[in-house]
Amino acid sequence: MRLSLIGGLIVISLIIFLTFGTLLAVTFRIEGSFIMDRYDWGVIRFTFLQAFVSAVTSLILAIPISRALVRRNFIGRKILITLLGAPFILPIIVAILGLIAVFGRTGFLSDFLGFFDIKPLTLYGLHGVIIAHVFFNLPLAVRLLLQGWLSIPAERFRLGQALNFSALNFFKHLEVPMLSRFVPGAFLLIFLICTTSFAVALALGGGPKATTVELSIYQAFRFEFDLARVAILALIQFLICGLIAILSFWIALPTYQGSGLDRVIPTNSQGKIIDFIFILGATLFLVLPLFMIIFRGSLALFLLPDSIFMAAFRSICVALFASILTVVMGLFIASLLVYHSKKFEIIGYLPIAASPLVIGVGLFIMSYQWMDPVSIALPAAVLINALMCVPFALRAILPTYIDIEKNYGQLADSLSMSGWARFRWLLWPRLRRSVGFCMGLAAALSMGDLGVIALFSDPDHSTLPLEIYRLMMAYRMNDAYGAALLLLLLSISLFWIFDRGGRLDANP
Amino acid sequence: MRMICLTFLAFFVSISGSWSKPILTVYAPDYFTSEWGPGPSIKMAFEEVCNCDLKYVAGDLLPRLLIERDKIKADVVIGLNTDVTFKARMLDIFIPHGQDTSDLTIPIKWIDSIFLPFNWSHTAFIFDNTKLDNPPTSFEDLLDLPEDTRIIIQDPRTSISGLAFVLWVKAVFGDDSEKAFSRLAPKILTVTKGWSESYGMFTEGEADMVLSYTTSPAYHIIAEQDNTKSAAIFDEGHYFMAELVGMTKNSSEPELAKKFMNFILSERFQGMIPTANWSFPTKLDASKLPEGFAGLPLPQKVLFYTEEEAERYKDIAIQEWLTAFQR
Repeated sequence: MRLSLIGGLIVISLIIFLTFGTLLAVTFRIEGSFIMDRYDWGVIRFTFLQAFVSAVTSLILAIPISRALVRRNFIGRKILITLLGAPFILPIIVAILGLIAVFGRTGFLSDFLGFFDIKPLTLYGLHGVIIAHVFFNLPLAVRLLLQGWLSIPAERFRLGQALNFSALNFFKHLEVPMLSRFVPGAFLLIFLICTTSFAVALALGGGPKATTVELSIYQAFRFEFDLARVAILALIQFLICGLIAILSFWIALPTYQGSGLDRVIPTNSQGKIIDFIFILGATLFLVLPLFMIIFRGSLALFLLPDSIFMAAFRSICVALFASILTVVMGLFIASLLVYHSKKFEIIGYLPIAASPLVIGVGLFIMSYQWMDPVSIALPAAVLINALMCVPFALRAILPTYIDIEKNYGQLADSLSMSGWARFRWLLWPRLRRSVGFCMGLAAALSMGDLGVIALFSDPDHSTLPLEIYRLMMAYRMNDAYGAALLLLLLSISLFWIFDRGGRLDANP
Repeated sequence: MRMICLTFLAFFVSISGSWSKPILTVYAPDYFTSEWGPGPSIKMAFEEVCNCDLKYVAGDLLPRLLIERDKIKADVVIGLNTDVTFKARMLDIFIPHGQDTSDLTIPIKWIDSIFLPFNWSHTAFIFDNTKLDNPPTSFEDLLDLPEDTRIIIQDPRTSISGLAFVLWVKAVFGDDSEKAFSRLAPKILTVTKGWSESYGMFTEGEADMVLSYTTSPAYHIIAEQDNTKSAAIFDEGHYFMAELVGMTKNSSEPELAKKFMNFILSERFQGMIPTANWSFPTKLDASKLPEGFAGLPLPQKVLFYTEEEAERYKDIAIQEWLTAFQR
């Protein structure tokens, strides 16, 4: 119990230090008066614009898609719903390459349009950033809204059918009230994700017309080393995230459980074709880029230079350490919340609104006088990745933890089980499923992360996602696709191994 | 499985290495040390004569110098250029190169005692001469090209060629440079972060013109026996760009560093530059240039900003570029 208190408080302090402490270190670098010029305002406008359009597009498409998924029963429906969870663990840089292979200038779609003498498409700039963000957030939006549809009891649809409701009636009386409960939260969540997403803007934006605040931080740091400017931009980024976080605190985010669907709302003969089009469209949009990665990457995979395998090795190390750290932090916070005080829960969710880049810059400012920044690149990546995964870990671990203590806690108390014994015999066997899942998630996310590592790293210390980005920048696209396939395989394997490991139940 | 074994093998080889010889640490840009850059052949040639190990540390040079300052771990820094040396010089971490620069084969007079140029070229737009019938012969022509011309340039904030480009425009148009950027903007297909990506896109046929150097066609002529790529030569003149080497003050191997500086202007080193870096050497008689370089069309007029001027105009020119391109 004492260990859980001390450990929990240490973890809580670490989170506060990484989120607020680093920001404080950054603000000390602000010097004199800083005048925001027209370009800086343009950057802020672009950040909001792309996040807004991405969130709106994701939701507008998610509404008919989720409705189609709910009212139609077809072969492969379960697989499709599982697949909707995939973008979450998919490395962003891999998805971007996949999207380039489909929507890019020499991509599959441009070739197709070429037959009709239509100019090739391009994926750089605002619409490229939006397409990539929709690719990642549409599945999330669909899964969030699926919960919404399923919260409407099937009986009401039957009642509506009995009353001879038209599609419009259904929409007005059943669907609009549900949507008005679920959409605002989903919108804010996606909006927040898009304002802090760095890798997408790095790879597809970056020109004067398509630079986000996060990307400006990176540019000011990496190319100008103008710490005063970095500090101002970091503060702006923090304010943006803070603002959205406070908003979403008022509007409760829809809770999201990753379970499958068992209940099917009675099928409705109306709108069959439209449903079919939306389901097919969504499937193609999600599957084609992945297919292109496998297609273009499988040949190059066997010709990759050694430096790529070195980077892969480093990435695996980062992923393993980060996933262990995530679980340790998650368990300590959970035990602190369960045994001592629920008040700290909000701190566990702080990282959702934090910017990894700002944290990275803060760590750098605190340490660069004494340490070689390159040497802290990988440890910083581990620490920051673990931090960013803590909210997911809490979501996965805390409810189970609470249940265990509720159901068996008194029994364990009467047997005087405490400390290690309690953990080993009471908690661990029942928690390992959640722990396995969250380690898998943390490993996959850290494996594919292209954020803070881009700030510090040089070619001798780079990770696989960064190497892929460098290959893209050198226009060695074949190697980039090969490396992307490697990263994809590694991320999925790591997730699978941990998740599977958690389910192999020795003690049922 | 073989891959995995190789990975581990490479890992152990890289950490063990050879301990006996002294090590010369050289900071260089990413492109320089990559397998298609000049780094590997320079390393090999120098190690033949120095009885040492030359170790490159690759990355963005200036930010690294600004971070490390006098704690710099390099003996030599290679690959800076005149547009950014103002800030590097202010750090006071370099010592004179000690070389005679009176008879360099470059189009301007070199009097800098700290930084030594090892290759040079001019910025230029490269096009495919089988596809573009009337290539522009002046900057004005370029700005007047139809709007469906697809040109690729580099971001001046992230690439030295992009920075040289905005300074070139500034040198040609002076106070009207923002207007020039605005006229160019509609024709720009994309702005890439570095030169390699731009040039790769161009050679894949994705664009009509690409911002590069007057020496770029030599690569196609010599390495690919391809005569279809040419540089558009403008009447207003072209911006001169040289890459530089500097020796650090608190080098742990000062003798070795000095040896390396002597090596820079040697014929062995200079003779490698044309086909390793695809640019002009700074001290090599024109008769010794490989074929393909000799026939390159070159501008009559050379434009150049000293580092003080470059420092003064840089931020203005980038700001104008940003404003014109953000619209």
